[in-house]
Amino acid sequence: MAPVATPFFFYLFAAIMLMGGIAVITRKNPVHSALALIVALLAQASLYLMLYAPFVAGVQIILYAGGIMVLFLFVIMLVSIDRSIKERQFNRQWVVGMIAATALGGLFVAVYTKGKDIFPEHALSVAEGDNTQKIATMLYGQYMFTFEIASLLLLVAIIGAVVMAKKRI
Amino acid sequence: MESILHITTLHYLVLGAALFLLGVIGVLTRRNVVIVLMSIELILNAVNLNLVAFSRMWGGLHGQVFSIFVITDAAAEAAVGLGILIAFFRNKETVNIDEVNLLKW
Repeated sequence: MAPVATPFFFYLFAAIMLMGGIAVITRKNPVHSALALIVALLAQASLYLMLYAPFVAGVQIILYAGGIMVLFLFVIMLVSIDRSIKERQFNRQWVVGMIAATALGGLFVAVYTKGKDIFPEHALSVAEGDNTQKIATMLYGQYMFTFEIASLLLLVAIIGAVVMAKKRI
Repeated sequence: MESILHITTLHYLVLGAALFLLGVIGVLTRRNVVIVLMSIELILNAVNLNLVAFSRMWGGLHGQVFSIFVITDAAAEAAVGLGILIAFFRNKETVNIDEVNLLKW
């Protein structure tokens, strides 16, 4: 008898996440889209917890739902959305876009039906207790250089965002 | 029935593919540039889900570390993209992406 709780919560969070994603790309009002995206991100954080990744789940909630989405809502506040709500929501190339997306979906279906046997049935057991500590050791040891590059990238992004959004420099 | 009830890596990968497709559809069909940026976030999140699922499959933490770098990247991309959006709105008074057509021949 297979356990019931794991599939139940997997499908529950998967459904919440996919419905949030659908709401993101179909709502007229960008504020509604942003709130739906927050719901999808929180459901995804729950999926991370089910994958024994508590640190990534925390980063997802704090950085994505708490940081990036606040940035999005601020910018939606700054630009006026009244006009674009009343207008056409989909661009003229949407038929071509849907055809391309369908082709990509067909590719995914083909890959995952043909190649599903290469994935092992049972996941390896991982230590659950010291996830954050291990990630920190890897970040500051093995991935030190990458970590520094990431900080440089954030610095460039900060300067770039200020330069872009400023009226005159 | 067994393959439905027993959650494996493949389930997470299919879910990630579905989320990726939603993001691609949003990028290709929407006009509002804010929603296009949000769809790019959806795509990055689908990749993150795949990375964490692979990390679980192999029992290591490299996928999780990589997903943290992807989140950093997403933050930088959102900041620069929204900066460009503000500059664009100041010049054109619109947020519709198909009105940016100066390079169109």
